[in-house]
Amino acid sequence: MYMFKYVMKRIGLLILTFGIIFVMSFVLIKLLPIHVNIGADQDPLIAYKRLEGYGWIRNIQKQPNGSYTFERVPILAQLWIYLKRIFLHGNFGYATTYGEYINQPVWGVFVEKLPPTILINLYATLFGVPIGLGLGILAALKKNRWQDQVINIFIILLISLPLIVLGLLIQYFLCFKLNWFPLIMNRGTDYFTWQTFRSMIPAVLALSLGSIARYARYTRAELSEVLTSEFMLLARTKGLTKRQATLRHAMRNSMVVIVPSILSEFIAVLSGSLIIESMFSIPGVGGLYLNSITFQDYDFFMLLSAFYTLVGLTAGIVIDVSYGFIDPRIRMGAK
Amino acid sequence: MVEKNLMDIPKEKFRFAPKRDFHHDEKFDSKPVGYLQGAFRRFCKNKGAVVGGVVIAVLMLFAIIAPFCTAYTPAYYDEVYASVRPKCALFERLNFWDGCRKKKEVGYISYLRDYALGAETGRAVIKDAEVKTSADGRLFTYRYDTYRGVGFGKYRAISLAEYQDIQRFQDETGRQVLYPIVRKRDRPTLVQDQDDANIYYKWQIVDGKTQPALDENGQIAVNYWRYAEDSAPVGTFAEYTSEVRVAGDGEMGTDGKRYFYVYGRLLNDGAVVEVRTDYYEYYTYKHVQVLKDGIGEPQFLFGTTGGGKDIFACLSHGARFSFIFALLVAGVNFIVGVIYGSIAGYFGGKTDLFMQRFSEILGAVPTMIVITLLKYHMGSSSHALILFIAFFATGWIGMAGTTRMQFYRFKKQEYILAARTLGAGNARIMFKHIFPNGLGTIVTACALVIPTMIYLETNLSYLGIVNLEAGNVTSVGTLIAAGQRDVLYAPYSAFFPCLFLVLLMLSFNLFGNGLRDAFNPSLRGSEE
Repeated sequence: MYMFKYVMKRIGLLILTFGIIFVMSFVLIKLLPIHVNIGADQDPLIAYKRLEGYGWIRNIQKQPNGSYTFERVPILAQLWIYLKRIFLHGNFGYATTYGEYINQPVWGVFVEKLPPTILINLYATLFGVPIGLGLGILAALKKNRWQDQVINIFIILLISLPLIVLGLLIQYFLCFKLNWFPLIMNRGTDYFTWQTFRSMIPAVLALSLGSIARYARYTRAELSEVLTSEFMLLARTKGLTKRQATLRHAMRNSMVVIVPSILSEFIAVLSGSLIIESMFSIPGVGGLYLNSITFQDYDFFMLLSAFYTLVGLTAGIVIDVSYGFIDPRIRMGAK
Repeated sequence: MVEKNLMDIPKEKFRFAPKRDFHHDEKFDSKPVGYLQGAFRRFCKNKGAVVGGVVIAVLMLFAIIAPFCTAYTPAYYDEVYASVRPKCALFERLNFWDGCRKKKEVGYISYLRDYALGAETGRAVIKDAEVKTSADGRLFTYRYDTYRGVGFGKYRAISLAEYQDIQRFQDETGRQVLYPIVRKRDRPTLVQDQDDANIYYKWQIVDGKTQPALDENGQIAVNYWRYAEDSAPVGTFAEYTSEVRVAGDGEMGTDGKRYFYVYGRLLNDGAVVEVRTDYYEYYTYKHVQVLKDGIGEPQFLFGTTGGGKDIFACLSHGARFSFIFALLVAGVNFIVGVIYGSIAGYFGGKTDLFMQRFSEILGAVPTMIVITLLKYHMGSSSHALILFIAFFATGWIGMAGTTRMQFYRFKKQEYILAARTLGAGNARIMFKHIFPNGLGTIVTACALVIPTMIYLETNLSYLGIVNLEAGNVTSVGTLIAAGQRDVLYAPYSAFFPCLFLVLLMLSFNLFGNGLRDAFNPSLRGSEE
């Protein structure tokens, strides 16, 4: 019950924070001038009427010189219309300036772009967690021996290697010099063919190498601390072998810290893969976000900002809440 | 271990101690170790951290000094010298850092074009004339000088005054800039080659390509426009008076007349001269004689980008910008964060709760969104300013958090109570008694933010969200993005910016870890 209360409190705070950021972004976006995108041989009135339909402007009037004037709907009224549309119809608006998707509902485009992003992060996690944990465990068990030294050097190198450089190295050596993988990801929606999977590997590698190093570091630090604690000595005195003691007592206890970090890492990479997505031409949310910034497409920007904010906030509470679930001794938020 | 030693002591060594050997309350012989002193000592024990610190110092020195060491600037570009290899005059004799790249040409004729270029100007387009031929004689491998390999480019139209000025320059320095031209009707017939000033030889068309036509000895035959001394094509050729002439100019012909080469063709009623200029020499002339900007012969230490920018200049200016920018932001974040955090930490209660909620909400806004919104609203102002505001808006929160923690740690201690009893005010306690104690941790946190900021700035300019390239400012991220576009044929262009970034991140990581451990009071005295 206590946990439930804590989780509810955190979720309430999350919603509050998210709401404030969302409204702030909305107001700041709506303060900007409206871009009216009129096609080459299109009646301007259609474009203006469309914006009126979205609830952005009203009172369209044709001036004697052929241009149109309009009045902007007050921002709070726009916000009301926007929220009503989201909650009643699940409609997040339409692309207005993003060339490729013009006049398409942004939610549909977003959902369509989601699978590559999620897949890449999923593969990176599936690939990174076992290797990272394995290296960390090995380093902790062989502390201060050569295995530990090698793994430590590997960790510090990978952690320091900027994602841009790592991606570039992978692209140059694996894709170009050795020709193992294609330079960019396959287009199309058949995500589960070997071809597409192969074309994702460079991006997955670039994403996971960094997380491997982080997982290994957490695991090593945590496990080596647990291994020196007194209950380990007790376990050995009880007659458990070193292997049993490590697996049943040390590993379990060190997981208290490791599992939340894996969860939050998985959520955090969702927003951290902008670089990877643009470098390896992944047709995912990251590219969509970058393009929406370039095109100044406000509805896209609102949706994607909300997405990234939500991802960031969720990662924050998942790590806190999962501590309490995994280890009942930790009472989160207790005074 | 201790027990073992005790066991080993032989019995006869034990004897009663005389009473006077006991001293009470003796003064310590050792000197007291202060907080900063101890931190410094612990820091020096960490080899990695010291190396990291040295590397950071070297990189900072590079950022400070390097912009003065080169005459090039980030604004400079030369389209002809695009993607030329790194070159350092000291290494010219070695097969490394010499501005050359390995080139493989299929077929003798293709190789001959590079050879011909060197044969005319006497410049080693093919380094040391070393050519490896494959067994079947089809594949030619050699080191190709990217600086000399640009050759003549297209025919160049210059003013008559410049034409004469170049001749004067030639006489002064003895360097051949102008070379004899080929008569218009003798030039290649293929449209794409008509203006190609590299083709000075007799040519033929094979498989739709212009190739050198060899004479009976298998040599390249020159195709210069020449005239006999008594039949100069007055009105169409520009007088050439320079003493520096190519071999064969002014030679006696078989008919007993002297023959001269034409170096310039008059266009537009004599206002413009069409010439062939060796670009390497022309470049030198242009910079030494005309622009006088301190650039002599072309030499790009780190090569050039695909757009012809000098990577050394761009990198050093970019590094300088990154450091100044990061230090500035860190400084402002430090001041604001410390003030905010100390108020929240010291007063606690409702004030703290309110301030914490505020900074939490602000901290939850992704930096990307802040930057994008700022970019939309301040589109016309400098992107460096946008980046500064964005980094400030989200950056001080971390500092405030650290400071708040330090204040919470110290404010309940007895010495604070003592100070208060003695009548010290809030401000005095905050900044005279608590702040100096937390300073080490706060400064460390501040220093650790610097690489993060440089990294973020690099990423943002790599993604093109901010464009810092304006005037003499550029960013390492922009350079890497440019290098990535050319990585397939000019991998070196991404190498140096990447190396800089990697060294910076690595050394800051090592340095930061060392600093944190050194300032961590819980480690004090625990080291062996």
